[in-house]
Amino acid sequence: MIAEVHTVQFDSITLDSGVELSPVQVAWESYGSLDSAASNAILVLHAFSGDAHAAGVSQETGLPGWWDNMIGPGKAFDTDKYFVICSNVLGGCRGSTGPASINPATGCPWAMTFPVITIADMVRLQKKLIDHLGIRRLLAVTGGSMGGMQALEWAVAYPDSVIAAIPIATTARHSAQQIAFDEVGRQAIMADPDWCGGNYYGKNPPARGLAVARMVGHITYMSDDSMREKFARRLRGKEQFGFDFEADFEVESYLRYRGRQFVDRFDANSYLYITKAMDYFDLTASRATLAAVLEPVTARFLVLSFTSDWLYPSYQSQEIVRALRAHNADVAYCELPSNYGHDAFLVDVAEQTDLIRGFLDSTAKARS
Amino acid sequence: MAAPTQPRIDPFVLDVLGRSDYAIIGELIPPNSAVLDLGCGEGELLAWLAANKRVKARGVELSGPKVRKAIASGVSVFHGDLLDALAGYPDFAFDYVILSQTLQETAEPLKVLRDMLRCGRKAIVAFPNFGHWRVRVAHLFTGRAPRTKLFPYDWYDSPNIHFLTVTDFQTLAAQEGWTIEREIFIAGKRRVSLLPNLLAETAVFLIRRKN
Repeated sequence: MIAEVHTVQFDSITLDSGVELSPVQVAWESYGSLDSAASNAILVLHAFSGDAHAAGVSQETGLPGWWDNMIGPGKAFDTDKYFVICSNVLGGCRGSTGPASINPATGCPWAMTFPVITIADMVRLQKKLIDHLGIRRLLAVTGGSMGGMQALEWAVAYPDSVIAAIPIATTARHSAQQIAFDEVGRQAIMADPDWCGGNYYGKNPPARGLAVARMVGHITYMSDDSMREKFARRLRGKEQFGFDFEADFEVESYLRYRGRQFVDRFDANSYLYITKAMDYFDLTASRATLAAVLEPVTARFLVLSFTSDWLYPSYQSQEIVRALRAHNADVAYCELPSNYGHDAFLVDVAEQTDLIRGFLDSTAKARS
Repeated sequence: MAAPTQPRIDPFVLDVLGRSDYAIIGELIPPNSAVLDLGCGEGELLAWLAANKRVKARGVELSGPKVRKAIASGVSVFHGDLLDALAGYPDFAFDYVILSQTLQETAEPLKVLRDMLRCGRKAIVAFPNFGHWRVRVAHLFTGRAPRTKLFPYDWYDSPNIHFLTVTDFQTLAAQEGWTIEREIFIAGKRRVSLLPNLLAETAVFLIRRKN
């Protein structure tokens, strides 16, 4: 399955901050085909560092999509049945408008003059894309981590457009711990002299700061168990300690590699803006309780969390389920056993596949 | 001849579910009702009710592997504790709340029953009858915690932590002011009408709060 990225431009979008961003572009891919009634569309929402390339082999890079194990013929999101769409988020750096885009007023990259965006703003742009594609109602919205936040926001902001929602390993509001890790990442970037207040475009990017931010991120995506299993105390390419500060341990060299690799594909300012959007995310912000916010929600839900995920612990998913239950909403919830930590939603796909397939089948059947 | 109002055990239901208490519950629940099944296992009963009686089906189950099978078969099940789940539902969210073969395993059975009758208009409770003569005989002659076909476990690995009889339940219902709308007693796949506290292996009660 060769995947081709498309872009579409809209005149403007009004942001939560009150700023009118104009113009605004969104990059998207799709897999499978839309039926004649436009009733089989599933919107997949990517996590923090993801992009529109969710499945298949990218025409541009030759790489598989970030959820290729879940999306495709016969997979959890079966492209023989469903039309699956994924777009790069607003503020991103993979084809959608973000701080690295050119501000038409100045002819220069927006950099730190780019307006601060929110999860709700990301969803607003996705809604424009869905309208543009002629889809009135989505059979499902789904995503893990930040993708799950967008799925929740969709169900609340556009209840008439969402038949089912599958938020995975996510939360209705970022916790102090989640904000704390994001802040460490941001400070690492801003402490890099190459960051230059965000005006590094055309020059050296803040590669060291961004790499450190990514290293911290990777630690939070794993678990004590998965790190022990993957690295233990193994040394990297040596029999004895080097008695220096080169990478001795495999875990060090892994993190350094991940950090370096990230710099090639991600924009440091996007890191700042997107983590800020996650930190601002709190579905209850405008109301007294989560249950009150979820009152207008009509979608049926499948909520999933993972036992070893300490970044988005199960209690956060259970909070969502409890609030939905207060309205007697149709909600299924399962805590899946996994050693992979937060990464489980990307890695541990066998059981997710059975659950999601069954949930989508029954959703599609109930609708028809 | 059986009275015409008695629910009949549909042989098809028996085949599908293989459990006669399920069969009776399947018969008791009218079409299009809202049903919550506590300790729903793999959701077989709920799936059957949804497919055959178009009920709005919800379940609660503690065992992860069972929850996964239930959700994979399209049933909306919550993975967690009964009391925690019950507490979250609004009053009278359901027409029927079912507790089948689980009452004897719950830590706080009275709390569970009371909350079932808060969030459900009616409750259906099925449990193994500890008053059955085989249990009594086993206990009397062995002097040990009884092990029978119905209670096959050793005392140390039994999931059953409360042992109640038909009479115990009827007494509790009177004490709590619950109306017993129906009571159905079974031994194997047969209905029992005489001396249920002695002869019934399983009891199924349909109860509601007195108005």
